[in-house]
Amino acid sequence: MSGPVRVYHFTEQPYPDAWKDHAGSLRVTLPNRRLDPVIAADLLNRYYDEWALADELGLDVMVNEHHQTATCMSSTSIVALSVLARITKRARILILGYPIGHRTDPLRVAEELAMVDVVSRGRLDMGFIKGVPYEFACSNQNAVGVMDRFWEAHDFIIKAMTSHDGPFNWESENFHYRQVNIWPRPYQKPHPPVWSTTASRGNARVLGERGYVMSVLGSGYSTRPVYDAYREGYKAAGRGTAPADRFGYLGLVSVAATEQKARERAEIIATYLRSSEFVAPAFKNPPGYLAIEDNARLLKGQTPPRSATKDGRKIDMRKASVQELIDAAVMFCGTPDQVFEQITDFADHCGGMGNLLMMGHAGALSHTETVDNLTVFAKEVLPRLKTYRQPTLDDAIAAA
Amino acid sequence: MLSYASRTVRGVRLEALELGSGRRLLFLHAGYGLDFEAASLERLATQAQVIAPTHPGFGGSERPSSMTTVDDVAYLYLDLLQELDLRDVTLVGVSLGAWIAAEIAVKSTERLAKLVLSSAVGIKVGNRETRDIADIFAMTEDEFNAAAFADPAVAVRDYKSMPEAQVLRVAKNREALARFAWSPYMHNPKLSSRLHRVNVPTLFLWGSRDHIVSQDYGRAYCAAVPGARFELIEAAGHFPHIEQPEVFAANVLDFMECDGSSRRFV
Repeated sequence: MSGPVRVYHFTEQPYPDAWKDHAGSLRVTLPNRRLDPVIAADLLNRYYDEWALADELGLDVMVNEHHQTATCMSSTSIVALSVLARITKRARILILGYPIGHRTDPLRVAEELAMVDVVSRGRLDMGFIKGVPYEFACSNQNAVGVMDRFWEAHDFIIKAMTSHDGPFNWESENFHYRQVNIWPRPYQKPHPPVWSTTASRGNARVLGERGYVMSVLGSGYSTRPVYDAYREGYKAAGRGTAPADRFGYLGLVSVAATEQKARERAEIIATYLRSSEFVAPAFKNPPGYLAIEDNARLLKGQTPPRSATKDGRKIDMRKASVQELIDAAVMFCGTPDQVFEQITDFADHCGGMGNLLMMGHAGALSHTETVDNLTVFAKEVLPRLKTYRQPTLDDAIAAA
Repeated sequence: MLSYASRTVRGVRLEALELGSGRRLLFLHAGYGLDFEAASLERLATQAQVIAPTHPGFGGSERPSSMTTVDDVAYLYLDLLQELDLRDVTLVGVSLGAWIAAEIAVKSTERLAKLVLSSAVGIKVGNRETRDIADIFAMTEDEFNAAAFADPAVAVRDYKSMPEAQVLRVAKNREALARFAWSPYMHNPKLSSRLHRVNVPTLFLWGSRDHIVSQDYGRAYCAAVPGARFELIEAAGHFPHIEQPEVFAANVLDFMECDGSSRRFV
């Protein structure tokens, strides 16, 4: 179980100017007239610069993709991946995730990702997700049956990346190809590492059986049961004890020389969480996205919050204070000592966590602030995380 | 909860409401689900033998994994007519049910006497940038009720006090409707060019205050079916059989009785 914590710098590449006036909907319906392409160009180039800095500082990098939203301008992740494949030198490049549940053409996905892997000389980490609920309205893909489509697209992409002896045939319910033979094939063998995300124990077990890297997003001290479900699946598939590098966690990070400075920065970073609720209600839960039983519970008005603090308090991350976010390990915030302590305490609690997906920029955090945040983290926290000793299974059981 | 009979068609177990006696009437429910439509069936059953199956994947009916389109459902009901050896059937559908009924009628009217399509979806009328059918998946429940009902108050449901089993059926129906109607949205691009094949007397019933599918849409649909007649039902929205069950049933029963309109004479 030993091993360091890798840290990926992540930003959603937001357009925060639009957050000031949105009539309750930052996603799907907010007219794109509200985006000034000149400002967008400055922002996107700046975010790429910050990823290049992260690479120089010894951090890894992570990008994502969303659609029709001011919270994330990365509407096709392949653009950021392509840029990063060239401008970074050493970092692992994680896409988490590529929303293959929204894609009509997994052949194109396989071709794009294989090419990024080659250009980056094998630095791609390949995260697949089904896609967020509100974006089924944008892609017009059906949320009903999305997990079937997700796994079939996954199977196809892996087959396309690992078939090297000429064309193969694929004719199924969802996808139809007759001469599949991608050029170039991926740099890494047999293919770039597969990642995914989930909040459910059922999906976690499936990911464990497959041995893929599983990340959860902001679930704080509610994370352990999901990790344990993964561990069960991993073991049941005959893989033994799941090492810490199989687990990722997305948390917000604000670190500075003084606690006061970190708290000021944290208030800006937290606007990311507070913006997430501005989705027109009709798009929040398309039919088929959740299981029927979960939808029935929602109709009954039962909506369990996802995040919990270490002492069991449930928090709503959209409304929580910075202190509550820290208590729940949704945010790691403070001096380098405090942040190291918070991260490793959380990793211990989880029974091991080998990949911190660090939101080192969010909201309207300025370039100067972001550079400082990344630099302090990389110089003061990262070296200590590299020598961190993950808990053994016995340690983890004792701590639970 | 209503008391459903169980029917097995081509190995697929369907629940069905079966009531009344007289001329045969096959009723195909809207995406809303049969649980909320029973009043009109009781009116129809005063003069007809009503069979109202729950569509595959809705309520308590099975859905084989291969059954993914309205076309598949239409073939299943053609098999139902054949397995029960039903003849001279009046086929009545509302909204999604009317779409299924139209898909049945363009395939075969061999066992049909008449066709009633109420608040029908299923075809594309306007140009590519005109949305013919309101995007109900972009609406909250309150917004949907305001568009679909002349009096939205009748549609308000209290899920907290509703029995758990029924709430599950509501959730299941919503998913089933999306499975069949998400894209192309609520229609089959091929259907309108096939409607000329409908060779039984056909009645269109439309709520005067339907803001899900407009009267103009209904009249265009009607014009594509040879000899079809169009009737408005006042003080009703997209579900005239729910808001005006007596008027709805009277229209259907009158149409079933009227002379010179059996398919034999067409």
